[in-house]
Amino acid sequence: MRAYRSPTPAPHGRPRLAPARTGRRAAEPQAAPPARAAKALLLAELVAHLRQGRTQLRDEWVRRIGEARLLTAMSQEEIFAEATSVYDNYLDALETGTLEALQAYAGQLSERIVPRGVETREVVGIVLLLRDVLARSLFANYRADSQLLNRVLDAYEPAANRIATTVAAGFVHERERVIREQQEAIRELSTPVLPVRERLLILPIIGLIDAQRARQLTEQLLRAIRANRAKLVVIDITGVPAMDSNVANHLVRTVDASRLQGARVIVTGLSPEIAQTLVTIGVDLSKMNTVGDLQGGIEEAERLLGHQVIPIPEANR
Amino acid sequence: MGVPILKQGHCLIATIQAALTDTDLQGLRDDLVAQVGRDRARGVIIDITALDVMDSFAVRTLRDIARMARLRGAETVIVGIQPEVALSMVELGLTLEGVNTALDLEEGLACLDERTKRANGGGEARAR
Repeated sequence: MRAYRSPTPAPHGRPRLAPARTGRRAAEPQAAPPARAAKALLLAELVAHLRQGRTQLRDEWVRRIGEARLLTAMSQEEIFAEATSVYDNYLDALETGTLEALQAYAGQLSERIVPRGVETREVVGIVLLLRDVLARSLFANYRADSQLLNRVLDAYEPAANRIATTVAAGFVHERERVIREQQEAIRELSTPVLPVRERLLILPIIGLIDAQRARQLTEQLLRAIRANRAKLVVIDITGVPAMDSNVANHLVRTVDASRLQGARVIVTGLSPEIAQTLVTIGVDLSKMNTVGDLQGGIEEAERLLGHQVIPIPEANR
Repeated sequence: MGVPILKQGHCLIATIQAALTDTDLQGLRDDLVAQVGRDRARGVIIDITALDVMDSFAVRTLRDIARMARLRGAETVIVGIQPEVALSMVELGLTLEGVNTALDLEEGLACLDERTKRANGGGEARAR
């Protein structure tokens, strides 16, 4: 009685040997080369043996995981639960030779453990440990006949290695996806457009600007100009550490796009280094209104908007 | 398909409702410039809020309208450039250089108002 999901239902109760891996195979059952058929049969027998020893081998594996101090972020119960399903999926993949189901499982497993802070080396480590535990078991079972043992290892090794690669790749893929998501979130948070006066927006930029961030920042700014009916925008680049011709061009484009929406832009916070870089590169800044610091920029903006700051008379304070 | 041109005071307002063919654009240009003369208009507003795409021909034609209108004594303001359109325009290097732009119709009229006031103010100073 199998406790886990079976790959395909067995017809008439006969245990099903390695099912057809490709359509090609299914079309020519009689013409299958004898070597392959023999290998498939052998693989099926190995898997049956490994399923029989499921409990001890899984426990052995979990013990080794603890010994190697892997998956320290997870509790014993969790490790046991995950180990059980990894074991079963591993054997399924060995038996069927297809990796789709394993890939899907590896993806879901990674989604669960990446947020727990599990590292790539841990995932690779435990999969290799399982491979070793199973290999030892096969070795112990077939070592009496060295020729048979060789054939056993010939069948097992490539399959086991493919499985290890699939799981590791799945994990790395998920980690990269999470990192990309986090980068996106940071990007969005790091370019706030702030309305400070009627018709005046301030956009303080902190950090490096690449093409993607420049576009996202410009989109945000244009939407804000529309929403606030801004006539003036002060873009402060005090927090931008490096300037090159790309960044300068992004800035010029942002200024141009803002102008198309009826807003003028004042750029403030150019450090002496950045000012020098811009002059050296030869960027055409004639269309950009630049002021030394944010304070000066806001004052200039207010002047352009026709505002004047008058101190409150002593009597009214 | 002609673009309707409305008159408001000394301003002409042309609201583009849908994507225009090259021929339509040229027609608009000719109509506007002719009407500036007929009505002795001092301002032209072209509202492109409804457009979600602008190609280089359209941009060039708008620039031509602005220049031709100015030669006949009218200032032009393009209004309603959508954020996506503005972005793709600057990425393609189509910047409507030398043409007034404003957020929407209201801002466009205010812009023209200001320019007229300034022009009149200068006139008065000279007259004194």
